[in-house]
Amino acid sequence: MKDTIDLGKKRDDAFITEVEAHSGQKFSTCYQCGNCTAGCPAGFAYDRQVNQIMRGVQLGLRDKVLNSRSIWMCLSCSTCSLRCPNNIDVATVMETLRHMARKEKRVAVPKVEKFWFSFLDTVRAFGRSWEIGTMALYMLRSLRVFTDLDLAPEALKKQKLPFKPHSIPDGGAAAVTRIFKRYRERAKREGVRP
Amino acid sequence: MNYAYYPGCSAKGSSADYEKSTQAVCGMLDMNLVDIRDWNCCGSTPAHAVNTELSAALCARNLDIAAQQGVQKLLTSCPSCLSNLRHAAKRMEDPAFHARVDELLDNPTALKFPAVTSVMQGMAAHCDADEIGRHVRRNLGALSLAPYYGCLMSRPAEIMDFGDPENPTLMESLLGACGAKVLEFPLKTSCCGASYGIPEREMTARLSARILQLATDMEADAIIVACPLCQMNLDLRQKQAANSADARFNMPVLYFTQIMGLAFGLSGDDLGLDKLRVGADGLLLKIEQAASAQRGSAEGGKA
Ligand code: SF4
Ligand code: SF4
Repeated sequence: MKDTIDLGKKRDDAFITEVEAHSGQKFSTCYQCGNCTAGCPAGFAYDRQVNQIMRGVQLGLRDKVLNSRSIWMCLSCSTCSLRCPNNIDVATVMETLRHMARKEKRVAVPKVEKFWFSFLDTVRAFGRSWEIGTMALYMLRSLRVFTDLDLAPEALKKQKLPFKPHSIPDGGAAAVTRIFKRYRERAKREGVRP
Repeated sequence: MNYAYYPGCSAKGSSADYEKSTQAVCGMLDMNLVDIRDWNCCGSTPAHAVNTELSAALCARNLDIAAQQGVQKLLTSCPSCLSNLRHAAKRMEDPAFHARVDELLDNPTALKFPAVTSVMQGMAAHCDADEIGRHVRRNLGALSLAPYYGCLMSRPAEIMDFGDPENPTLMESLLGACGAKVLEFPLKTSCCGASYGIPEREMTARLSARILQLATDMEADAIIVACPLCQMNLDLRQKQAANSADARFNMPVLYFTQIMGLAFGLSGDDLGLDKLRVGADGLLLKIEQAASAQRGSAEGGKA
């Protein structure tokens, strides 16, 4: 019975207000029709379906929602938002929850976050993303041997993925590095995880 | 006619063939795409997944550069770049958000940014179907094509402004103008698994397999795409998709600019067809066979 929602638990009203403020969405109108879940392509990989996440938010179940794998597996495809009869931008709620979870150091699917940072590291260094660099950094971070080894022969033969990064000329790369630097410094000042 | 252009990082990497064919086809239509100076990565999914302000800052730097260059309309090929740039422009209308983002940048950004639109819409605004038809040198009539837009191009509708968010039809119009048979493809805006190919391969393999399976069942000769990530998932990762679905696929996945270029009589070299994992030789053969059959019957008719 671990998946039933315990109404006896005190609901976290601050959590509800926070999600509302950050997402700009009023989800009190959600009547659990399940349309979002019906159209969600990532549902097979979720521990809680997207309508259950919405219900969890309505009930102020901070832990259940922010510890969920689902908010990390969401593909941001916006199918849920499009099909919600109450015009709730569900995809934005999912993104808001992911942001909130990250700030609280709750990362239910670390390899997804590791991949994002590997990508962003190449942007920070060169101003433009670089596929091979992203993969190499991801391998380091996740301590796994390249899972896409089966693609390598084809990709190499076709020269699909350049071995050299494509940096911005004329000091643009340094300007992008400064964006990341200011972003990190500000997060530190504000006491949140960048 | 000159158009300001944001190529996006994939154009310099995995989708060099999209870039090449876009330049070639636009060139024939008298659309000269000029890169904005010093452009940087829009941050793609990872930036917005991590932080909205960081994502907007990366986008705003590009939008500001374009504004300083006096650009009114900026074109981009990649739906992910388009989505990020348009989201950022919209959010920057909020003064408090604008101020927070400006704090991250070297200089305060412009108050008004240029409009950003897809190259596909740019093409449709630049010329009509007749104009496109006038450039056709190869008859694509023998091909059935499955148009696939992916999930980003048309959603959310209020931001993307790309017609019906679940049933866009612009690609069909362009392919139709080139003389191809275009299938009604029900999964045309469903998600291919996006950037999860690396951290969560099963996600991408499963979602891409659905799309490849349907196109195969519908006897499409090719899937036609507009997104570098979709192309990579459906083509380079096609075997992974097949393995996950316990199926076999042999489905060419071309950018709409590559198939338009073929219709316009351009060579495989001009269009970067050598970059495709599932090659386009079968398509070319079918086009050629149809053409020679037609020549044959025309001569037969004369005799
Ligand atoms: S589609 Fe909207 S109303 Fe229906 S369950 Fe999902 S969020 Fe609630
Ligand atoms: S945006 Fe996320 S939750 Fe919504 S349908 Fe897509 S994958 Fe599912």
